[in-house]
Amino acid sequence: MKISINGNVRQLDSENMTISALVMTLNLTGQRLAIEKNGEIVARSQFGAVNLQDGDKLEIVGAVGGG
Amino acid sequence: MPWAAVKGVVDKTFMSKKLIIAGQAYHSRLLVGTGKYKDFTETRAAIDASGAQIVTVAIRRTNIGQTAGEPSLLEYLPPEEFTYLPNTAGCYSADDAVRTLRLARELLDGHKLVKLEVLGDPKTLYPNVIETIAAAKTLIKDGFDVMVYTSDDPIIAKQLEDIGCCAVMPLASLIGSGMGILNPWNLQIIIENAKIPVLVDAGIGSAADAAVAMELGCHGVLMNTAIAGARDPVMMAGAMKKAIEAGRESYLAGRMAKKLYSAAPSSPTTGLITAS
Repeated sequence: MKISINGNVRQLDSENMTISALVMTLNLTGQRLAIEKNGEIVARSQFGAVNLQDGDKLEIVGAVGGG
Repeated sequence: MPWAAVKGVVDKTFMSKKLIIAGQAYHSRLLVGTGKYKDFTETRAAIDASGAQIVTVAIRRTNIGQTAGEPSLLEYLPPEEFTYLPNTAGCYSADDAVRTLRLARELLDGHKLVKLEVLGDPKTLYPNVIETIAAAKTLIKDGFDVMVYTSDDPIIAKQLEDIGCCAVMPLASLIGSGMGILNPWNLQIIIENAKIPVLVDAGIGSAADAAVAMELGCHGVLMNTAIAGARDPVMMAGAMKKAIEAGRESYLAGRMAKKLYSAAPSSPTTGLITAS
């Protein structure tokens, strides 16, 4: 399936993937993240329970230096 | 100097040594940004030297494909050690600002204290107060404690307080300009009218500017570039810490009245040796 992550479309090998699995695939395990799926925030506790679907749009954000 | 004109009528609520924001007490009245440093080691060293307890952070898209284990800001500034103040820098609409802070809240485990700033123009970074007010209303309804960056317009500052913001943060001058306090008169009116803490945010250039802000009666100062953009950021962070403390004490102590000249010198006028 194809999903959009932070504005870039990515082809995922699997047709059946949770957000947790995606985070692992993207090498982001252990990072403090917040994720929005199709405009809705997904609670971190739900990452393992929410399945991705073809066409989903994700925003994955973190905290960086700023004033 | 305009602040000299005001006689020291000090609101008792703010006589306490600590800065109270949304019910939390902070001994440091200096809030600092975490951007524009050479690296995280310098960020940490500067923040330690500043004594700041509240640090602002920006919320940005995670770099996908980043090598695992690459250091992050959070490792250098553990959220357990500092109060994070996520900002909405770079947002030009109320919707974007609200969306950013909802993500920040999720990111920081339900953290409610936020810095709202909605900009109007990428060239000057001047705040858009209409969008700021709209965002503040939504955020407060949504349970956030909103420290709000705004212009130095006393009417807008009061409206933001009335909406329920927990602190109002007027600019001294434009973000990153280092131009210092351009309108101390307006800041004075804002401080006089406010029942919530007033912090100068943006425009501070030097330790002198920070001290003047505190002497005006500001309850705190937020800065980033004045420290990060100094030749020696860590030394400047220490200078800012002292300036904030000196300015606060000077404000509480109440300055002497200014007069054009004095017929009363500090040394006794009697007992002078005279030519016999």
